[in-house]
Amino acid sequence: MARPASMRRSRRVGEALIERSMLGCALLSVVTTAAILAILVRQTGEFFAEVPISAFLFDTQWTPLFADKHFGIWPLLAGTFLTSAIAIAVALPFGLLAAIYLGEFATPRIRGVLKPTLELLAGVPTIVYGYFALVTLTPVLQKFMPELSGFNALAPGIVMGVMIIPMITSLGEDAISAVPGSVREGAYALGAGKLATVFRVVLPTALSGIAAAVVLAVSRAVGETMIVAIAAGQQPRLTLNPQVPVETMTAYIVQVGMGDTPTGTLEYRTIFVVGATLFAITFAANLLSQRWARRFRER
Amino acid sequence: MQTTVDSDACLSPPYRTMEPAQMSNPGVAAKLSVQELSAWHGEKQVLVRVSLDLPEHEISAVIGPSGCGKSTLIRCLNRMHELVPGATHRGSIQLDGEDIYASGVDPVLIRRRVGMVFQKPNPFPTMSIRDNVLAGLRLTGMRPGDLDAVVESALQQAALWSEVKDRLREPGTSLSGGQQQRLCIARALAVEPEVLLLDEPCSALDPIATTRIEDLLGTLRERYTIVIVTHNMQQAARVSQQTAFLLQGELVEFTETDALFTKPKDKRTEDYVTGKFG
Ligand SMILES: Nc1ncnc2c1ncn2[C@@H]1O[C@H](COP(=O)(O)OP(=O)(O)O)[C@@H](O)[C@H]1O
Ligand SMILES: [Mg+2]
Repeated sequence: MARPASMRRSRRVGEALIERSMLGCALLSVVTTAAILAILVRQTGEFFAEVPISAFLFDTQWTPLFADKHFGIWPLLAGTFLTSAIAIAVALPFGLLAAIYLGEFATPRIRGVLKPTLELLAGVPTIVYGYFALVTLTPVLQKFMPELSGFNALAPGIVMGVMIIPMITSLGEDAISAVPGSVREGAYALGAGKLATVFRVVLPTALSGIAAAVVLAVSRAVGETMIVAIAAGQQPRLTLNPQVPVETMTAYIVQVGMGDTPTGTLEYRTIFVVGATLFAITFAANLLSQRWARRFRER
Repeated sequence: MQTTVDSDACLSPPYRTMEPAQMSNPGVAAKLSVQELSAWHGEKQVLVRVSLDLPEHEISAVIGPSGCGKSTLIRCLNRMHELVPGATHRGSIQLDGEDIYASGVDPVLIRRRVGMVFQKPNPFPTMSIRDNVLAGLRLTGMRPGDLDAVVESALQQAALWSEVKDRLREPGTSLSGGQQQRLCIARALAVEPEVLLLDEPCSALDPIATTRIEDLLGTLRERYTIVIVTHNMQQAARVSQQTAFLLQGELVEFTETDALFTKPKDKRTEDYVTGKFG
């Protein structure tokens, strides 16, 4: 009689232990995020104790590492915006068309081969993409664009776009396949052709899923570091000209983080300020997309 | 593509020797005429040499136990069957005397003339009530002048107008199940088909919504030829002029509804309608 009871107790203790440790794991990620946020906030605060916010927001130059220091964030924002916009401009049409093809037109056999192949593309290390942009794509582009400098926003933007195509395709295809067959049948039964059914019924139904895929792709492009650090030139410049060297926020963080800037200095704190800005942007984008997706679902 | 499977090879011996009766209703013009229709899902034969004439402006019911091929039969009538991967058929179906499976006939055009309502209401989730009604016209590139008139007329015919006329911009999916099914009927009617196929349209609905749809079918009969699949024999008896009884892909009996339920000629029909199986 006593043994089952004690066994039961030990089982209960074991279960509690497992539960606790799982809770611990969940908490760990929360704590890590909180710690990162705390460090960002503290370093940013110390930065703004020395540099007025107006200089950060209204100066048009970013030269914290020079003798004549300027702390205007806009050149880095412009670099990030430019490379990301080029990437999205490349990835969106190709990624979506590929998703539509795989979801609605490809035979199961073709899809079975193509989808994993595309997903392999996502596994290529970004450093390979970066050097491809620098030593292969830029020289090729220079044949058509004599003005293009050796470091520029265009080549890394295009390569980054190629890198995120699989992401848009894969998530977009998931969204398209999730549209119930009854919706397609409804359209066919009305005498709609294949194209009208796909583009005017299936795609609008899959829109919230597709939008989520695009937002993820955008944050991936905004956060991408290695490709732009290698091929875009590391020269903060307030421009939307894709032919000249620029620097993105991420590339700047790498530049300073890998350099010999002593910790605790103002120069060193700039990477936290840039990091906080990056964080704020992606956070806002995610919030917006969530709210948008929710509103869409309610419709 | 439909003739890749040899029909005789799939028939079990009793079927092969049996001469299928041409079942028709003389005196009334046949809107749809089905001749020797066999259909397959992959290797599995689902319909066995079915022949029947569906008279114009009448309601024909198709009954039979689940899996006997009722859906497959009516999906052949508007060429929806061929959309299923691996689906094939043999035999011919004539709409106003023209073979809808003849080479060169565009299935899309057949589906505009032969509309269909499904078992589960399937309004387009991204569209408003109004846009759902207009979907068929828009998706097929037809441009009628007065869209409002089309919407009102289709919803009137589907007996839904008074319930939704003040909320046409709301999503179709915001309606109750019965209203959604009538919206799907309105959507099918808006393209002005000649035939309306309904595949167990009430099986997902409550009794009150079912009654409304049954009443509606009686009025629609004046303008359309209607084929309704139902697993509910009372429903077939209430709404239809003739009834087809399908069993394991074979058309056992097709005759006037009263006759089929009161004095069935075939023993299997009698067993089914008296509830001995099914
Ligand atoms: N998409 C499909 N793929 C394979 N077999 C199918 C498919 N649809 C139906 N069948 C088979 O065809 C037979 C008839 O189905 P169906 O016409 O839907 O019958 P009912 O509508 O009378 O219930 C069933 O045995 C079913 O298993
Ligand atoms: Mg069925």
